[in-house]
Amino acid sequence: MSPVHATGELLASRKVGAYHHLSVVARGVAEQFRPGTFVAVAVGTPGTSAVLAPRPLWIHRVRPVGGYGLALQLVLDVRGPGTRWLAEQPVGARLALTGPLGRPFALPKEPVACVLVGEGYSAAPLFPLADRLRERGCAVTLLLGAPDEAHLLSALEARRSARAVTVVTRDGSVGQRGEIAGAVAEVLRRAEAAVVYAAGPEPMLHAVAAAAEAHGAWSQCAVEQPLACATGLCHGCPVPVVGEDGVARTVRACVDGPVFRGDRVRWEELGR
Amino acid sequence: MTGPIREVPQIPGLALRSPVLTAAGCGGTGRELAAYSPLDALGAFTTRTITLNPRRGGPAPRVVETPSGLVHSTGCPNPGLEGFLATELPPLVQSGARVVVSVAAASVQEYADLVRRLGRAPGIAAVEVNLSAPDAAAHGLFDVREPFHMTSVLTAVLRELPPGIPVLAKLRPDVLRVVEAARTAAESGAVAVVVGGPQPAALPDGRPAGLSGPAVRPLALRCVTEVRAALPALPVIGAGGIATAADARDFLRAGATAVQVGSALLHDPTTAGRLVAELASDGDEGRTGPGPAAGPADASLDAPDAPSRPARPVQINTDPSQEQHR
Repeated sequence: MSPVHATGELLASRKVGAYHHLSVVARGVAEQFRPGTFVAVAVGTPGTSAVLAPRPLWIHRVRPVGGYGLALQLVLDVRGPGTRWLAEQPVGARLALTGPLGRPFALPKEPVACVLVGEGYSAAPLFPLADRLRERGCAVTLLLGAPDEAHLLSALEARRSARAVTVVTRDGSVGQRGEIAGAVAEVLRRAEAAVVYAAGPEPMLHAVAAAAEAHGAWSQCAVEQPLACATGLCHGCPVPVVGEDGVARTVRACVDGPVFRGDRVRWEELGR
Repeated sequence: MTGPIREVPQIPGLALRSPVLTAAGCGGTGRELAAYSPLDALGAFTTRTITLNPRRGGPAPRVVETPSGLVHSTGCPNPGLEGFLATELPPLVQSGARVVVSVAAASVQEYADLVRRLGRAPGIAAVEVNLSAPDAAAHGLFDVREPFHMTSVLTAVLRELPPGIPVLAKLRPDVLRVVEAARTAAESGAVAVVVGGPQPAALPDGRPAGLSGPAVRPLALRCVTEVRAALPALPVIGAGGIATAADARDFLRAGATAVQVGSALLHDPTTAGRLVAELASDGDEGRTGPGPAAGPADASLDAPDAPSRPARPVQINTDPSQEQHR
């Protein structure tokens, strides 16, 4: 897989709950998409921006759009001026973007039971992952969490993507009241999971990786670190891991990840 | 500047295909950048700064955005010399890139040990001594504050390196002291100086860091201008927020022999490849504009004495009094 840098066109932008869903067509990016990869979108009009760091966005879906070929469906969480600028762009706007970036989720060779755990907008890559897993005959269970209903991503679509869906919200506005960390062990047990895929903030990933370890399942965690270049050039996104050789080292979230084996990440140091 | 093949001004001993190089620490291991632009088209690929022993680098956050810039303190994460020679240098050489290896060390002795082993590796076009890291002391690296520090480091480096490998000195972009630093570097044997890298800055939490990006470009251009005026025979590689061909031309017109592109790659990884192409397609007017004169003036000023250095091949010997304003 080789990422490309392209000028894309914004085909649609709409607010869904707390997030913005952007549909972007960019030559050569969607064609190479695999679940877990992401794009980095430049903030500001191409060539004139005073904002150097592009914003990393999860690829939620890749869909054909009439006349345009494959379009990327991106999920945007507005957190500051850069992401707000992206959310405010009109349809037709040109966006410089790079992708697909990073290492995707590794897929099991056998049709085993898989649990996919996502919190908030970070659940975005789990939906296309669920599709790929089902194509391979894997039984897919989804566990989605959020502070409230508005921050729950695509919960209705989840019913189509998975055999069983569990939803937890901190305020109990939908699904069970609680946190993913408190619910994951039971979901793993019920699903008899062999592989756990997780995407979300660090404390949740740590809890899921630990639960997977205790359950005896492999885990694949998509780590979100603040990124500067998102392309592996700047070494600005350290993730402390233990290598296959047992040696502790620090790697890059953007190109060595974002997906890591949960038992390889030194979570205590990552969360510091 | 006639004939079918337009020549690129040269750094002695470093045959540049283009005046556009990458800056240290902004091209990953090379493999990442190669996905966007062929490395063999670049003037040269400058590696991240390599140290004798492996370094994991500093804690997050390492890079923080600021208007028109990035504040960064990575702590020079790198696999150490042995790791670099085993895993990173061979694919770079194989890619056809001209490889400039950026180096730093904790002591003069460590510099000597580092470059002695580095100098035996095949395929290295030049060594860039990183004397400018604004967070060096915070990460346990030799902090070059005074000219005699630089003399010690460069003398040790030149003593240990085979004569065929030119040494570039990357200087602190301090407008008030950069000429003194450049003179010291030249007198110590550097064939060229890299001028205009990160300015000393701090991360929001107060840790020492460097500021790079378009925010520092006018400071970098001033540094290049000062060095060029005082030391016209010393080749200067300009760096600092260069993002467009127009930026690069500003530095070349100010007398830089070449430029390094750094933070712009983090915004758009195709920048270096694009600038190579845009500068190559410049008409002659793009390279022969008014600029500080080289040539006859060289000998009369206090240029460093470097008899073994080849003449600079294609700098136009413009008489400033006759230059055309465009």
